[in-house]
Amino acid sequence: MTALTDLTLAAAREGLAAKRFSARELAEAHLTAMERARALNAFITETPERALADAAASDARRSRGEAGPLDGIPIAVKDLFCTAGVATTAGSHILHGFRPTYESTVTAKLWQAGAVMLGKANLDEFAMGSSNETSHHGPVVSPWRRRGDNRPLVPGGSSGGSAAAVAARIAMGATGTDTGGSIRQPAAFSGIVGLKPTYGRCSRWGIVAFASSLDQAGPLARSVRDAAILLGAMAGHDPKDSTSVATPVPDYEQTLQAGVKGLRVGIPREYRVDGMPVEVEALWQRGIEWLRAGGAAIEEISLPHTRYALPTYYIVAPAEASSNLARYDGVRYGLRVPGGSVDAMYANTRGAGFGREVRRRILIGTYVLSAGYYDAYYRKAQRVRALVRRDFDQAFARVDVVLTPTAPSAAFAIGEKSGDPIAMYLNDVFTVPASLAGLPGISVPAGLDAHGLPLGLQLIGRPFDEPTVLQAATALETAAGFTARPEV
Amino acid sequence: MAYVIEGATGTWELVIGLEVHAQVISKAKLFSGASTDFGATPNSQVSLVDAAMPGMLPVINGHCVEQAVKTGLGLAAEINRVSVFDRKNYFYPDLPAGYQISQYSQPIVGKGRIILDLPDGTREIGITRLHLEMDAGKSLHDQHPTASFIDLNRAGVALMEIVSEPDLRSPEEAGAYVRKLRSILRYVGTCDGNMEEGSLRVDANVSVRRAGAQYGTRCEIKNVNSVRFVMRAIEYEAKRQVAVLEAGGTVAQETRLYDANRGETRPMRAKEEAHDYRYFPDPDLLPLELDAAFIARVKATLPELPDAKKERFIRDFKLSPYDAGVLVAEQASADYFEAVARGRSGKAAANWVMGDLFGALNKAGRDIAETPVSATQLGGLIDLIEDGTISGRLAKEVFEAMFETGRDAAQIVAERGLQQVTDSGAIAAAIAAVIGANADKVAEYRGGKDKLFGFFVGQVMKATAGKANPKLVNDLLRKKLDG
Amino acid sequence: MSIDRATVAKIARLARIAVPEEELEALAGELSHILTWVEQLSEVDTSAVAPMTSVVAMKLPWRADVVTEGGAAEPILQNAPAAERGFFVVPKVVE
Repeated sequence: MTALTDLTLAAAREGLAAKRFSARELAEAHLTAMERARALNAFITETPERALADAAASDARRSRGEAGPLDGIPIAVKDLFCTAGVATTAGSHILHGFRPTYESTVTAKLWQAGAVMLGKANLDEFAMGSSNETSHHGPVVSPWRRRGDNRPLVPGGSSGGSAAAVAARIAMGATGTDTGGSIRQPAAFSGIVGLKPTYGRCSRWGIVAFASSLDQAGPLARSVRDAAILLGAMAGHDPKDSTSVATPVPDYEQTLQAGVKGLRVGIPREYRVDGMPVEVEALWQRGIEWLRAGGAAIEEISLPHTRYALPTYYIVAPAEASSNLARYDGVRYGLRVPGGSVDAMYANTRGAGFGREVRRRILIGTYVLSAGYYDAYYRKAQRVRALVRRDFDQAFARVDVVLTPTAPSAAFAIGEKSGDPIAMYLNDVFTVPASLAGLPGISVPAGLDAHGLPLGLQLIGRPFDEPTVLQAATALETAAGFTARPEV
Repeated sequence: MAYVIEGATGTWELVIGLEVHAQVISKAKLFSGASTDFGATPNSQVSLVDAAMPGMLPVINGHCVEQAVKTGLGLAAEINRVSVFDRKNYFYPDLPAGYQISQYSQPIVGKGRIILDLPDGTREIGITRLHLEMDAGKSLHDQHPTASFIDLNRAGVALMEIVSEPDLRSPEEAGAYVRKLRSILRYVGTCDGNMEEGSLRVDANVSVRRAGAQYGTRCEIKNVNSVRFVMRAIEYEAKRQVAVLEAGGTVAQETRLYDANRGETRPMRAKEEAHDYRYFPDPDLLPLELDAAFIARVKATLPELPDAKKERFIRDFKLSPYDAGVLVAEQASADYFEAVARGRSGKAAANWVMGDLFGALNKAGRDIAETPVSATQLGGLIDLIEDGTISGRLAKEVFEAMFETGRDAAQIVAERGLQQVTDSGAIAAAIAAVIGANADKVAEYRGGKDKLFGFFVGQVMKATAGKANPKLVNDLLRKKLDG
Repeated sequence: MSIDRATVAKIARLARIAVPEEELEALAGELSHILTWVEQLSEVDTSAVAPMTSVVAMKLPWRADVVTEGGAAEPILQNAPAAERGFFVVPKVVE
């Protein structure tokens, strides 16, 4: 029998339903894996007791015939989701000691569906990063290694702990959040599936905000089906979030196998960026062939403002962040560093509590919103953002999904890119446009680079058309037959 | 008559614009489900949203939107079909999120107007805009030698900021503006107007200039909490600015506080750092869109407003503009008056309401809502005068008794036997007695001393304990003396 | 846009973040680098396009005027670094 930790979530669901193993056994297997893989630093807070209690409760429910759709499934929660009674840090020192009295809507829905919490996954501080190196709690180490090279690699970010935990078989799935690529890019780096739903699909209530107009929760998992199952539990209307949409949640699993026959797939020519590694280019081409072979109609499209998406993002996101992070002031929760006056206390607290990247983004954001610069930066960026969205709207008049690489490279070594912020920002070049437009995007592991590291392909869909995205992703997944797994 | 300040070098004109913060009447806060009740224990009416806990999101209270629209309609203002909530970013301990959700470039209500009722007529004052925003919490600086205490119960309560054009020209006009605005807010039921509890707070922008010249540099006097203080603060501030200018100085644009104890304004002590609020649309909210049907529905709920009511009172009850203005200032007074006046003489009703009733209430420190004499009862008293049951003179006494006991006029009149004597026989007998007892005066009168007629009337009234019908007394007495 | 130390100090003050004097120069360089990079947006003709105001195509939802939260200070104060007599406590503010 396959090790319990190797099962997909869908397979574990069947095993639990057939009583081949209990939720307790499943939880224990994952807790053991968690302990063994502690060197990855995938978790900020491990909650083994909670996991066992959740599992026991799940077994009890199942014996009463009351099992929910995720009953007994052990998952990791990105430490950006507030969890009642469990420390929530956002990967930052400034939330030192903070224990929410409330549960985020998305995690509450997961627990309602029966999921078991293994712990709070590490992340870039306030989700600001693409490598998980900005966490106050130290970088996450990817379970992957370059062939013949033992240097530790990044898992991607910001949902790096979530991605590493799922890839290393510590968790069957994990929650992530994606602001500019923070689910899709680490999924691609870690050889797993990561889905950013349409903006408004999952409630943002109880998720520590980074950039409100971009943040969106989504699942990381080891198969498209698993991601679909998790999304089904996470999505839904929440009256506590004014940007949450009342559109009903479809049964994402039902249409997974519908195939791509007749599906119109757009290939945006602007994504062929200078200096794209040949392997990425080649993988993209293979993806095109796989979908064509499945009966899809491939069409070249143009998304003319693609190259402006990243600079747009690096105005909008820091601007919103500078305001969202103003609440961390040492008054009501978290860290306080004393000062002789209130202002000194604020400055000391925030100076000590925020790491370098977060400080940098707050300063940029403060600058672009300040008097005299607002129009030139922020308003300008929101205008370009409207153009980015319009590009997609026009494209989706002709095609049903858009296929692109997820990231311009495979994972890199820890420390390799941390010197130059812009080089780091370029990791998100393919994921940011869909974020700006609020569109659903998924990364599917589709191949390995020359060093044996995973590469992902991204599918982008129309607003709330996750079913088509998942359907095309299933076709890619099947054709790619990605079976590689990390050594660690 | 224009208000001017006589300086040493000539006269100066005053330019005033007011920003009024009016607390919206609602059960819950603008963006959260916490209560707005006044006076609860510290931090007990605070939601996770109000405390800006991580991950908390605002959801707008639809009733507050409706209240703002209602107020806008009450100010004859444009209702903007699309408005936007912005974040106003600044750090202060009683501002938990580090930003206030307000409306900056696109407010919910645009231009409107207020008609002031002044002793020498009416004046129209422009309203620039009205926007919705959330209140901050409260900082207590006097509880501890080295610490400030923060209570967030007020944080998030809905406010309407109502901004006037710089159309006001005197402290009196500013006072009349605040009173009229308060009256409209109470009519439409969107703010209780209670200035002592801080439901209505006034910021005054004051500058002086030579008649007809460009606007001078203005100072903003913050958070004045009574009409009287608004007027005094403006008066003081204008004189201060004139003194500065006449001494060859320049007025610094600054924020000042009014010290009611010393009757003066002084600059705020906190170093006036150039504010940079970094306004931008709140990404947690979407633009607020109102459709015509909604606005029409709100409009249909508006009561008759003071200006319209005043016109009607003048027309239907033949009141003077001044009396009508006084009576409509408060909806309750207007309703009371109207109940008394319906089917009766408007003038008589106005005299009784504004004279005796308001006087008695004022003396008793009571509000019209707490009057012991109902409108029906006061109407009953007026009816007794009209139908001749009691004399106007005795009616005053009856009213006092009604105010004390809360009983009907008829009851009091009956019990005390105050009905007018209209029996001519009884009056004739009294006259005969008076004439008999005053033969000398009768002779003088008949000798041409007409003025003595009043003396006889007085004596007859005295003899009948004031109850004799004065007209009958007059007629009979004249017949007897002249005939 | 190239920004200098003084500007960085000003923004840092506005953002209430203590930045050690010796870091200002380096930070000015980093921020200038990023600002220069984002300024490529000026190439885009946006004269005919309105700034994006919402990502989702929906109307702003309204809540009913009902008290659903609050009632106790305890959960609000529970994580406070300093609280006394039901208040949050901060260093004295001078007005």
